[in-house]
Amino acid sequence: MVWANAVLQGVLLGGLYALLACGLALMFGVMRIINLAHGDIAILGAYLIWVAVDHTSMSPFLAALLVLPIMLGLGYLLQIVLLERSLRAGPLVPLLTTFGLAIAIQNILLQVFSPDVQSLGGSAGDITTVSWQINDQVSIPGLGILILAIAVTVLGGLHLFLSHTRLGREMRATAQDPDTAQLVGINARDVYARATAIAVATAALAGLFLAIRSVFDPSSGPTQLIFAFEAVVIGGFSLWGTLLGGIVLGVAQAIGAQIDPNYSLLAGHLVFLAVLASPRGGLLVSRRVQA
Amino acid sequence: MSEEQPMTHYRVQRWSVPAYVANGGFALLVLALVFVPSVFGTFLTQQLTSLLILVILAAMWNALAGFGGLVSVGQQAYIGLGAYGTIYLTQHGVAPYPAMILAALAAGVIALPTSLLLLRLRGGQFAIGAWVVAEVFALLVALDQSLGGGTGISLAALNVYSPDRRQAYTYWLALGCAAVLLAVGYLMLRTRLGASLQAIRDDEEAAAAVGIRVMSAKRILYIFAAIGCGAAGSLTLANTLFIQTQAVFDVQWSAYMIFMVLVGGLGTLEGPIVGAVVFFLIQNKFADYGAWYLVGLGATAIVFALFLPRGLWGTMEMRFDIRLLPVGYYLRRRKRAS
Repeated sequence: MVWANAVLQGVLLGGLYALLACGLALMFGVMRIINLAHGDIAILGAYLIWVAVDHTSMSPFLAALLVLPIMLGLGYLLQIVLLERSLRAGPLVPLLTTFGLAIAIQNILLQVFSPDVQSLGGSAGDITTVSWQINDQVSIPGLGILILAIAVTVLGGLHLFLSHTRLGREMRATAQDPDTAQLVGINARDVYARATAIAVATAALAGLFLAIRSVFDPSSGPTQLIFAFEAVVIGGFSLWGTLLGGIVLGVAQAIGAQIDPNYSLLAGHLVFLAVLASPRGGLLVSRRVQA
Repeated sequence: MSEEQPMTHYRVQRWSVPAYVANGGFALLVLALVFVPSVFGTFLTQQLTSLLILVILAAMWNALAGFGGLVSVGQQAYIGLGAYGTIYLTQHGVAPYPAMILAALAAGVIALPTSLLLLRLRGGQFAIGAWVVAEVFALLVALDQSLGGGTGISLAALNVYSPDRRQAYTYWLALGCAAVLLAVGYLMLRTRLGASLQAIRDDEEAAAAVGIRVMSAKRILYIFAAIGCGAAGSLTLANTLFIQTQAVFDVQWSAYMIFMVLVGGLGTLEGPIVGAVVFFLIQNKFADYGAWYLVGLGATAIVFALFLPRGLWGTMEMRFDIRLLPVGYYLRRRKRAS
């Protein structure tokens, strides 16, 4: 039964990874950019929410409602100011600029907030303590269910947005061929900026739940980026795939941790490398924004 | 009878007078640097050792990204393997300095199976994939208690030498490694392989279409860079005498490498050397500013990537049309000869 419990916790953890990963997958799908600052943006979002909670002692969920529009705006600006220019400069430049951005964000957070570990778990209310005890070894945490539900909702929302709205159609068209999309009157620049804005906001949402579920500090970002990337690759670079990828990664980590706490991260990485090594591993790349 | 067509004659030329002078100058510089430990004190020798390590790292990252189009944020994998490989070998009876060289070569051996996995990826996927590999190596090393676990370990085997001696030997090894690696890189890029790599960097499909064996070219480059980073890792260990898994496998190394290469000039051989010197000076001057210093590094990297993509040296090259370490060719128009 301990194993059943490990799998269950892993599945629920997968919800968080899917939430982290969907923004990364969206940006890769639309612009072919891998944003190396994605994890640090999630942590930045967590810190902004933490500041709001710290100053007003409001609920972190309410604070997130304030912070998410800010993050949407920051994402839009990030594209217009930085990424647009780097996209034009060639395929390697977005990697270099987003890596530079990651280093800058990490160290600004370090300078402003000190290296102390923070958490939003204490101020999130009852949700962190609710759980359903199935038997003495298996229990379902309410927070895990909530995160998984939010992840499914976000993915479903993105799916509906991409397949049924005008903006979504424009985004898919731009992803397939930006030049042709512009010929038929789509403002690719705007579409790209919207995609980045959505990706940054989902990262901040993932940051919120990471901060409620456990702890974070200014150097947490890179690990989150790696988890998000692993989920994207395991899931095959599609939006819904990130849910599958996140769950596979979460289960691998939970089972690894059940064997020995030292093996948790290692188990996740090894599953990722196994997927890479599989015959289809290198072929999972797709340019389309798959819904 | 048609009139004879005026023909333009071209000649293909690699060398130029400045290039001859520069190559000779580099050889003389390496020769002169040999005498540093006997002329200057231990402190300066140690400083120059760190500079040489930075030069090696920048040259390796530049070889990958600037000539092969492989942007990696995971080369710290081989820095760590070089350092811990040295520890492991000295624990098993190998003398410290030979152990350092063997550890660097071992990093290259480990890079072979790794490359089978990683080189299937491109662009950003390769970058993060390499990072995951570095994390895996770090976790595996941290699990091994005989290597100090996560808490760190010192290179006790070097204590048989007096500090002056030790620093001089480490310096000479660093100088030798830097000279050999740079020379091998230089010569390699001048061969057919170098041209193949640059074609792959510019357009992988097109390169494959004209018959370049993309995978094997990339693999040779990747293994070369792994050996170089392994050497840098073992030299770092010998220069500081203590390592910790978290520090030696830190992604910060990649930040430093990217900074040096971007500032110096991506895709030139001289650029990384310039970048390493700039970084070395900045590090000595501003490292006390802690986090703001790193913010500055990140921001500078962004500015160079966006606004000065050729870096300091590349911009100079363009401006004055000089190639001191030529790997390409000039096509010069010649006045009609016949």
